[in-house]
Amino acid sequence: MVSEQQIWDWLEDVFDPEVPVLSVIDLGVVRDVNVTENEIKIIITPTYSGCPAMDVIEEDIRRKLLGEGLSNLKIETKLSPAWTTDWLSKNGRQKLKEYGIAPPEDEVDKSLLFSAPLVVPCPNCNSKESKMISEFGSTACKAHYNCLSCKEPFDYFKCLR
Amino acid sequence: MKEHLFEYLLRLGDDSLILGHRLSEWCGHGPILEEDIAMTNISLDLIGQATSLLKYAGELEGKGRDEDKLAFLRIEKEYKNCLLVEQPNGDFGVTMMRQFLFDAYRLPFFEALQHSKDEQLSGIAEKSLKETKYHYRHSAEWIIRLGDGTEESHQRVQTAMNTIYRYAADIFMADEVEKALEVAGILPNMAEVKEAWLKNVKSVIAEATIKFPDNDWEQLGGRLGNHSEHLGFLLAEMQYMQRTYPNMEW
Repeated sequence: MVSEQQIWDWLEDVFDPEVPVLSVIDLGVVRDVNVTENEIKIIITPTYSGCPAMDVIEEDIRRKLLGEGLSNLKIETKLSPAWTTDWLSKNGRQKLKEYGIAPPEDEVDKSLLFSAPLVVPCPNCNSKESKMISEFGSTACKAHYNCLSCKEPFDYFKCLR
Repeated sequence: MKEHLFEYLLRLGDDSLILGHRLSEWCGHGPILEEDIAMTNISLDLIGQATSLLKYAGELEGKGRDEDKLAFLRIEKEYKNCLLVEQPNGDFGVTMMRQFLFDAYRLPFFEALQHSKDEQLSGIAEKSLKETKYHYRHSAEWIIRLGDGTEESHQRVQTAMNTIYRYAADIFMADEVEKALEVAGILPNMAEVKEAWLKNVKSVIAEATIKFPDNDWEQLGGRLGNHSEHLGFLLAEMQYMQRTYPNMEW
């Protein structure tokens, strides 16, 4: 029987289709792996309710594990506990930054309205002088920023808690 | 109780679905690129919520209808969304006012719904709450910016308020379905949610220098399937593919 650890290791090779430097493990969307005699169960959770990547992620996980010779796979989606950016691995945060996406700052704006703007360092030049252009970016999980020092626009993987 | 919960899941799911569809109509037509992206992002979140809610509704019903069948193969009378969400987009001011009136309700609602005795519903609430915070901040800031902006922008959101506020009360149309679910601990105290909603609305429109309409007429009916004429047109477009090519997938 295949070990659960072996499956976790294999899943390190399954990448997020929209942020292809992050594996599904880095992203924290794989919540549980459970191997029994009859079945291999993988529990995943979506980042955002409408994330269009979830179907692809499920398919990619299935394809990877079938390719490793496994069968009787069951991939289940569970909403609770809800995904949070706290589950992004340390490794994942580093990979995001190298890819040019600012990792989450571990802070949701404290007050709902007109909170003091969050300091998001530019992933290119590390300047702390950046400006939010829009809270909604190229995917549900990102906001759109502009660096005031190097003038480069960049994505910010926004904090979700 | 199962029938009541099914009915209420349709209301919640249809609110998300229909508003999500309305926002998607802005795709490629936003006033600026960032807003085009913001509105379609929010649309995606809403359609995602609708997927979870209608899927659960279909499971409860047990008649083999999944979330897609419920979304695309019902007739107008069978949709239970409130009248507010089906109102046409109008200008950007109308869209933001409609969104704000809705987000101001969904925020305290999901907060309270997290404590539902129904595990699946509390899970959906916990998930949706996080994204709803972003939606609320976005629409509330726009209402303030536009209302307290130029003469033109002020006049446009005031007109939006005058035109669509009458449909907002339909969100909270209380009936025996709602009451029964409250008593069972599945729904929070909806009178309190309504109070929290009104508090949000009052504080934001005060800051936006917008007034409530003089005419306090409230139009109800969506929860009973009595819709405004706009829903039929929306469904005609939304359901087109499934009606024309039944069971198609892509």
